[in-house]
Amino acid sequence: MNEPLWSQRQQSTWKTKLGLAEMLKGGVIMDVTTVEQAQIAAEAGAQAVMALERVPADIRAQGGVARMSDPGMIAEIQKAVSIPVMAKCRIGHFVEAQILEALGVDFIDESEVLTPADDCYHVDKCRFRVPFVCGCRDLGEALRRIGEGAALIRTKGEAGTGDVVEAVRHLRALRDGIRRLTNLPSEELMNEAKTLGAPYDLVVEVSQTGKLPVPNFSAGGVATPADAALMMQLGAEAVFVGSGVFKSGDPVKRARAIVDAVAHYQDPARLVELSRDLGESMSGIASGGLDQQARLAGRGW
Amino acid sequence: MERVGIVAFQGDFARHAAVVSSLGALPIEVRTRGDLRLVDRLIIPGGESTTIGMLMEREELITAVRSRMESGMPVFGTCAGMILLADEILESEQPRIGGLAITIRRNAYGRQIESFETVLRAPAISPRPLEAVFIRAPVVEAVNGRAQTLAEYEGHAVIVRQGSVLGAAFHPELTDDPAVHRYFLAL
Repeated sequence: MNEPLWSQRQQSTWKTKLGLAEMLKGGVIMDVTTVEQAQIAAEAGAQAVMALERVPADIRAQGGVARMSDPGMIAEIQKAVSIPVMAKCRIGHFVEAQILEALGVDFIDESEVLTPADDCYHVDKCRFRVPFVCGCRDLGEALRRIGEGAALIRTKGEAGTGDVVEAVRHLRALRDGIRRLTNLPSEELMNEAKTLGAPYDLVVEVSQTGKLPVPNFSAGGVATPADAALMMQLGAEAVFVGSGVFKSGDPVKRARAIVDAVAHYQDPARLVELSRDLGESMSGIASGGLDQQARLAGRGW
Repeated sequence: MERVGIVAFQGDFARHAAVVSSLGALPIEVRTRGDLRLVDRLIIPGGESTTIGMLMEREELITAVRSRMESGMPVFGTCAGMILLADEILESEQPRIGGLAITIRRNAYGRQIESFETVLRAPAISPRPLEAVFIRAPVVEAVNGRAQTLAEYEGHAVIVRQGSVLGAAFHPELTDDPAVHRYFLAL
């Protein structure tokens, strides 16, 4: 008899964690820094907000150490909107994660956008009741994070640039990795797990099912409705928009246009309407010109 | 083959589609009024009720669904979908379809860490206990008029039926037991 798959062996809370991730498919999660922005996001139809003190574009511009946001500021946003509120902790900073869990945030993003607190290890996410989302650049990284207990994966892209190229690269790399596994004979899977640096059981599950055991969203560089629809057509199941909305000329209009573009991502005629007269996009930084130090996606192990 | 529409803007519509297929019916994603015309019955999935309601309103799907309901189209809503079918949503002015004479309170169990799994009895739907996953779930505060309670949890209705309108406060689509969907397909 076949062994039950890895995700069938997880504890009961796994279903509620994964369940919330399932509920977030097909929508947009927006970075917000104030109550007013959170309300704009909710009224535009964002399905969740990410509460943080500085959007990635400002973290990039201002430099310094980026940490978990002030719990008081997150609590204000929790009070202001009825949709789920997410917040970020630093990679490996399990005490920030404990604080966010105690605060009752609905999802924790263990995020490369903040300055890592641990240069070897991520948070042991299985030990928390709150679900986590983590970034990845490829299949191995995604499966390591899921193995640690992440209930949702987002490809990283390059946050705060407004340049979608890294988001595309990471999503394609992840999906190529999944397709490759589905074609491998079972005797090659152990070696593949070694090469990927990924848990063997998860490698087996992906090779059998042809998909990650958790939803797969896209992040990092989406600035326009067309960018959002591109990520959806490439196979993302929802989109995180960081600096792209509130660093643009008309956030109210752009927020709504990006939400509608994700809802109607397969309808070019609608995308014409949604892309029209949006005012200025965030000016952005071409990510090809960033040196290694300035790249956030390289954080995470 | 029965064509079952699933409102597919946001939420776990793909999970519903998988259950519908497993029961031998044809799932159809509904995003426009044109899509709605193709279907015999409709599911409104779990997700964020404000987001789904807003996107339905932008497509004028709320009035279109209401008028199909008046001519007898069966509709099933889970969690967010049940909120959108409630005649009264406490402390909220959000767009809604209505059709179930219930009073509902959103996110009534608290935030995500209060989400839970349990087992329910619903003899009208299945002789076996139903696995139930509640995620940021609403609470039905009152069942009014002609609405009928088919299952309860801690004194609150969690499955309600009124004619051919069915609502569940939890997510039968997240479990392996298709009993609630089978019941809906027979309405």
